Amino acid sequence: MSKKNTTASRLSSQYQKENRTAMVWKRLKANRGAFLGLIILCIMFLLMIYSFIFISYDEISAIDSKNTFQDPSWEHPFGTDEMGRDMLKRTIYGSRYSLAVAFGAVGIGMIIGTFLGCIAGYYGGWVDNLIMRASDVLSSLPGTLLGMVIVTILGAKLINLIIAVGVSCIAGFIRMARASVLTVKANEYVESARAIGMSEFRIIFTQVLPNSLSPLIVTATARMATAVLSAAGLSFLGFGVPVPNPEWGALISGSRNYLRFAPHLCYFPGLFIMLMAFSCALLGDGLRDALDPKLNK
Amino acid sequence: MSMKNENAVVEQQVTELDDDVVLDVKDLVVQYVVKKQVVEAVNGISFSLKKGKAIGLVGETGAGKTTTALAIMNLVPDPPGIIKSGTINVCGHDMLNLEPSQLEKIRGKDISMIFQDPMTSLNPVMTVGEQIAESVRLHENVNKQQAIQRAMEMLELVGIPGERAIDYPHQFSGGMKQRVVIAIALACNPRILIADEPTTALDVTIQAQVLSMMNDLKEKFNTALLMITHDLGVVAKMCDDVAVVYAGRVIESGTLEDVFNQTMHPYTEGLFNSLPNIGKRDTELKPIPGLMPDPTKLPKVGCAFADRCRYATDICREKTPEPRFVSDTHMIACVRYDEPDFSIEGWQNE
Amino acid sequence: MSDILLEVKDLKKYFKSPRGTVHAVDGVNFTIERGRTLGVVGESGCGKSTLGRSILRLLEPTEGCVLFEGKDICTATRKELKELRKDMQIIFQDPYSSINPRKTVLELIAEPIKFNKLIPNGTETDIENRVLELMNIVGIDERLINAYPHELDGGRRQRIGIARALALNPKFIVCDEPVSALDVSIQAQVLNLLRKLQREMGLTYIFITHDLSVVNYFADDIMVMYLGQVVEKAPSEELFTNPMHPYTKALLSAILVPKVNGNPEHIKLRGEVTSPIDPPDECRFAKRCNYICEGCRDSTPPLVEVSPNHFVACHCIKPGENTLHETIVD
Repeated sequence: MSKKNTTASRLSSQYQKENRTAMVWKRLKANRGAFLGLIILCIMFLLMIYSFIFISYDEISAIDSKNTFQDPSWEHPFGTDEMGRDMLKRTIYGSRYSLAVAFGAVGIGMIIGTFLGCIAGYYGGWVDNLIMRASDVLSSLPGTLLGMVIVTILGAKLINLIIAVGVSCIAGFIRMARASVLTVKANEYVESARAIGMSEFRIIFTQVLPNSLSPLIVTATARMATAVLSAAGLSFLGFGVPVPNPEWGALISGSRNYLRFAPHLCYFPGLFIMLMAFSCALLGDGLRDALDPKLNK
Repeated sequence: MSMKNENAVVEQQVTELDDDVVLDVKDLVVQYVVKKQVVEAVNGISFSLKKGKAIGLVGETGAGKTTTALAIMNLVPDPPGIIKSGTINVCGHDMLNLEPSQLEKIRGKDISMIFQDPMTSLNPVMTVGEQIAESVRLHENVNKQQAIQRAMEMLELVGIPGERAIDYPHQFSGGMKQRVVIAIALACNPRILIADEPTTALDVTIQAQVLSMMNDLKEKFNTALLMITHDLGVVAKMCDDVAVVYAGRVIESGTLEDVFNQTMHPYTEGLFNSLPNIGKRDTELKPIPGLMPDPTKLPKVGCAFADRCRYATDICREKTPEPRFVSDTHMIACVRYDEPDFSIEGWQNE
Repeated sequence: MSDILLEVKDLKKYFKSPRGTVHAVDGVNFTIERGRTLGVVGESGCGKSTLGRSILRLLEPTEGCVLFEGKDICTATRKELKELRKDMQIIFQDPYSSINPRKTVLELIAEPIKFNKLIPNGTETDIENRVLELMNIVGIDERLINAYPHELDGGRRQRIGIARALALNPKFIVCDEPVSALDVSIQAQVLNLLRKLQREMGLTYIFITHDLSVVNYFADDIMVMYLGQVVEKAPSEELFTNPMHPYTKALLSAILVPKVNGNPEHIKLRGEVTSPIDPPDECRFAKRCNYICEGCRDSTPPLVEVSPNHFVACHCIKPGENTLHETIVD
């Protein structure tokens, strides 16, 4: 009897282990939109890797005064800018900054914001008050101003730009995480975990957080695009990536003077930002559904 | 136990055309289509209700009770719900073939419904007086003043002081809210009241109060009552007739006496055996084994209860039970009664 | 001679609310002997669930103490508490919210085992075998080991909750309305399971419910609560045949019996349950009570033993003297 049990459980154990990741992956694949988003993002990452290997900094910064403002052609598929630089190369080269800002800043905001939001929502009382008032102060400051202050203090570097943009989205995540935790913690399974002797901290991260993730994932993907744009704003004001570096937002803001006669300068970086935001949103939605066992069909 | 069922069926149909019948449901079939799966919620329910009488629709979660009630009001959410076939006659109106505007006139006026949860069936931003008055003004040609007057009278009727008409729902306790809901439902003096688990969310003593109030009002206005519940005690207190529903079919129906004292269907027996008996502490409960069948995977032939039934034989899985009248009023749907000397053990009704 | 497992002494739990202090549990005393079941009955808001949670210190009691096998739970350190909780478990009311929807049956039942390291140096397989054993005990089919809660019905979910509690080999379980969310036929299955477990493992239960017929079937002793206080406590048989407190009488008369003509008029109470916020020092049932006698409005009646093991808190009832019938008011 016990022997039979042992085999049975070993089988089930293997089944289980393959199951979890494989299941999420299977469901993600089944969701066409999410899969499309994943493919677009993968292509962007491949382009970024390509740019590290094949595009040199000289290539995208060298001035070619003979070929300024060229329309898209076979030679320059995205055209050239006011200094005759190839926009395709610049855009691809810029993906490193934009992807770093989008994922880095949202990552920072999400991790810190979710952590604080969970603590605030779960413990309540003065902890909640303290965190929420601090977050109110943070969200009452204009994001750009806050970014400028942070960059001024830390210095104009990519990493500081990421931090600056990340900090400005912390408040949103705190709010979202707290609201979500408040609903989840009312469930009896939280109490049930306490009854088996789990510590509060462990309960937050093994019971409450996984069940509060859905709205956070959606917010995170929605913040990606705004992160790129606020980074662009800061870059434009001189608080971001220094000028010749082709960060996408910077490309758009730099070419706004020529919008009337060379609109393609805005189109292509804009298209890339949009594509990134769009694919993140699709992937985020899909991920949320794939992680939820209830939607297993 | 004579079984001249053919004749009995014909007779039954004749009596259903009686003038007194206010609600007549025949062969109702309702399905929900969710993600290409067909949920067979109601699979041919028939019953009728006479003026001033009360019928109890008893069954467990997923038996199709609430769907039946929604179908009677023609309120089955579509999509995903479809009323596949059957007829529903409410006070002479064919509910399934009416224009939306005509339906709106009938709902609330001829037939009203109260739901299980009084907390969510009231609008939190309107005073209870306004909510009752609104229902009155929809169906009767009265001015606002008269409607408010009527609302206050209704509140008094359900045992709440009339001056509380200006209060908001959150100022009432659960039992009071359910009374307000009942007041709204009865405001236009409907001929039929459908009550879907009206006291399940209430405490025992409050339940007793609300039920006896409903009984009084029913007698006062001669309202017919369709009581949907899982609680056989509520049925015993409130109803004249009972229909026991399992997997979308009526498996036993009859007068209260028929079903409670001459229980014949194994499922009904199982329900009674599952209840702790107040008088006898030491009798072991005999629960029905297994679970309600998955409504997307009901057997095409045979009895849906066969897998849980301790009397089931092979024939139960091969032959779909047809309604069989064992007396003028008592109907059962069980194949085993084809055998002349079959009987169930019965439950101890002590 | 008696083997007392749990003793609750003057337990109080107050909550602060914007409108005042809620006296959810207000001075409750009782003891439970090993292997017996105490039923706690009352209507919503009477503090019965708060009592259950305070006993396990899932809520910090405001005052009073709980002695489990002589150890005071309320002063236990975090470490001691973790040990104590292995002996004291709880089964929750709502099978839909009491288990984490993102975990499989295996993970759910393994959680208490892993967390408390009940199988020292146990491999995953050892733990799984224990889970399978528990699943067999509570009657969940082995093939469901990798199922998620949403794929299961209420009865099976409740069985998972029971298996989680049993995983720690407890001596004492608080059952907080374990069957009230279940269908009649499933309810009977779960009740029978709980009874079987009690017989086989010698468990001691506190059975919290609003359903009098269930508690009558299940409990050895019954304690009736009203607004945070115990109004009557007696062995089940005695309570049902000889209820004394006016509230218990009304409660019993409100039970609906599934019998033709089985429900004569119930005792009508005035009003509805009053607020437990800052209650005045009087009999808390006085406002709804059909009887009145001296002292009802002057002080809270103490719980006194009017006959062996039968305790009542009513000013009108004293040992050998019951003046209730003389004092009926309209």
